[in-house]
Amino acid sequence: MASVSLTGLVAASSQLLPAREQMAFTLGFHIVLASMGVAFPAITLIANYRGLRKGDAAALTLAQRWSKVMAVLFAVGAVTGTVLSFEFGLLWPELMRRYGEAFGFPFAVEGLFFFTEAIFIAIYIYGWKRLRPWPHFWTGVPIVIAGIGGALSVVSANSWMNQPGGFKTGADGTVTSVQPLDVIFNNAWSYEVPHMILAAYMVAGFLIASVYAVGMLRGRRDRYHRVGFLIPFTVAAIATPVQLFVGDTAARAIAKDQPVKFASMEYVQNTQTHAPEWIGGIYHDGKVSLGVSIPGLDSVLVGFSTDTKVTGWNTVPANDRPPSPTLLHLAFDTMVGIGSALLLLGAWLAFSWWRRRDIPQTVWFLRAGAVAGVAAVTALECGWIVTEVGRQPWTVYKLLRTEDAVTGAHGIWLTFAIVLVLYTALGVATVFALRVMARRWREGEDEDEPVPYGPPAGVGGA
Amino acid sequence: MPDVVAVELWLGATAYAVLAGADFGAGFWDLVAGGAARGARPRALIDRAISPVWEANHVWLIFILVVLWTGFPQAFSAIFSTLFVPLALAALGIVLRGAGFALRHVARRLEVQRLLGAAFAVSSVLTPFFMGTVVGAIVSGRVPADGNGDRLTSWCNGMSILVGLLFVATGAYLAATYLVVDARRTGDAELEGYFRRRAIGAGIVTGALAVAGIVVLHEDARYVYDGLTSDGLPLVIVSALSGTAALVALARGAAAWARPFAVAAVVAVVWGWGVAQHPYLLPTSLKIDAAAAPHGTLVALVVVLVAAVLVIAPALGLLYTLHQRSVFDEAPPSATVGASD
Repeated sequence: MASVSLTGLVAASSQLLPAREQMAFTLGFHIVLASMGVAFPAITLIANYRGLRKGDAAALTLAQRWSKVMAVLFAVGAVTGTVLSFEFGLLWPELMRRYGEAFGFPFAVEGLFFFTEAIFIAIYIYGWKRLRPWPHFWTGVPIVIAGIGGALSVVSANSWMNQPGGFKTGADGTVTSVQPLDVIFNNAWSYEVPHMILAAYMVAGFLIASVYAVGMLRGRRDRYHRVGFLIPFTVAAIATPVQLFVGDTAARAIAKDQPVKFASMEYVQNTQTHAPEWIGGIYHDGKVSLGVSIPGLDSVLVGFSTDTKVTGWNTVPANDRPPSPTLLHLAFDTMVGIGSALLLLGAWLAFSWWRRRDIPQTVWFLRAGAVAGVAAVTALECGWIVTEVGRQPWTVYKLLRTEDAVTGAHGIWLTFAIVLVLYTALGVATVFALRVMARRWREGEDEDEPVPYGPPAGVGGA
Repeated sequence: MPDVVAVELWLGATAYAVLAGADFGAGFWDLVAGGAARGARPRALIDRAISPVWEANHVWLIFILVVLWTGFPQAFSAIFSTLFVPLALAALGIVLRGAGFALRHVARRLEVQRLLGAAFAVSSVLTPFFMGTVVGAIVSGRVPADGNGDRLTSWCNGMSILVGLLFVATGAYLAATYLVVDARRTGDAELEGYFRRRAIGAGIVTGALAVAGIVVLHEDARYVYDGLTSDGLPLVIVSALSGTAALVALARGAAAWARPFAVAAVVAVVWGWGVAQHPYLLPTSLKIDAAAAPHGTLVALVVVLVAAVLVIAPALGLLYTLHQRSVFDEAPPSATVGASD
């Protein structure tokens, strides 16, 4: 079935497939940086606060260094975010022509927050040496607020695409009136927005903590590494249980709002009560293989009773269904699985802290902490796949098909190839840059290179 | 109300031109500053001048795009579907430029710094050039209202290329003019002279390109030409006078005066363009009124603008003040970090 719908897509426009791949790739790349942009400032400020309030020199050093990492990630995120703005027009001009006036407004609000973020990040970073400590701390607070506000606006635009509302159309389908607040606070924002913001805090927290877990595994078990691990890890560990609750609510809401997406996530072909919950498994030709089925559990999860009726994907024609149930289901399972494992990891630390005021002594805890960052990023990507691929074949749910939104321009395979190469280089260069910074810090050097390209004396090589 | 949002769009374009335009221009001077040894000092000044502000300046581009696609979605769609190539190249340039600039601070080896610096500097020239070709295409009526205009000739033409060059030259002119003042604040007389000579040179080139632009407009974009020589004429005159005044100020060493005059010359051109093509958004196929979003959306955009003025303006003021005071005057408060106890 997947192959059938794929040929359908290709027939509709030869540019549809590369356009979708390019959008998915650039968004999937940006979402990691965006998460860091949303949550990293708060984690940095906690360290900054601790450094100032308790005179904790390690925390203060961490805050300074983190702010520099933040600056690099913010710069890269700013350009990859700009690319997305261009792609709205380059890849999906019909989406913008028909609905830009309806769902463009949240992006304007986001622009406002992004502006605030850019300005105060600059002030905060350049203020370390130029402002007094507490006023300097307070210049960081607008970054945190702007990060949350920006995430709210952008994700509300995405949730609008899943649950469009706040506008009226004329007989020919053109938008005739718009209620901007109803656009932002659409039917899906209340679960999508908190889910994404919490995901950002989990990704940032576990990812930063994993760096220090690796450091401790390599024998650098000083206070600096302990604080560097504990602050972000605690933030993420607090966000995790809340996230599982929000995610559970979101899944139930999707079962109601986008039943076919939900059916694909859960392998529900025919509408039924006592729907089983599949753990793992691959869907092929009406059968699920290699999975474990728990009778009735899906119905319970949707409506707290095995008698709950769950809508199957057979309720709509094949070309109105998402392309691959297996992809959606496995992505969903992976996300939930990782989230649950991270919950246990947080509980482990909480238990150890309660008993001994210390992180667990076993090396296995640190190993788990070291992979938690990558795991959280994986869960984030899986969640994004579920949201976006699950909305297909619609760009705007039930209003605009993706094949009708795509550009008429040719050569998207070429731009996609360029983007792949460029972003790979960008990712490698960014990771490399962060490693250079870390090495420099380990050598006790906290200043940047003084002059771009060039040792002061002008002699080559260093 | 559509006209109010069009004004909002032009305000964004103005801010982007005089702020981010100068950042692009700084990249141009970085590119032509010579080898690692010879170019070290001008590059260092350029770096200090734009590091804290370039991201905030860049956000004006996002602002322009968002106001365009929300307020005038049909125009946005038409521009992006027609001018796919130069816009894709501009986006590519933005990535290379931002990443190159941010990462070169971190790099330690000279070759890596050079590579990243080159990515920054080369794309600082290419990006405004391609943006200029987009504006040239719009001005000369090569973007049809329904979009999907010719994907090659729409921007590969004399008008587009001339405007592309004008964008590059304008950025270089503004940047050099700003950098003269920055060099003076650091007390570096030699560097001040270095950028003053370049500001005068770039100013003359920019002026010449602007005059050539009017000639090409006469041939190729008659509607806008007629607008510039009627309703837009006062602004053209203001631009010419300001540009001349800036050159005189630079030649006489009154750099502080050159800055506002140079900015006024550029702002007058941006608004002259707007006035000249009014009431069209895409001359001569799409009028502002016809392209405009429903009333509720337009009101929301104006509210965002008011909020931006209330929130962003003071914050930007704080950033620029801190930046100008401390980065160049080198008088940080004595309280160093870590001395909090």
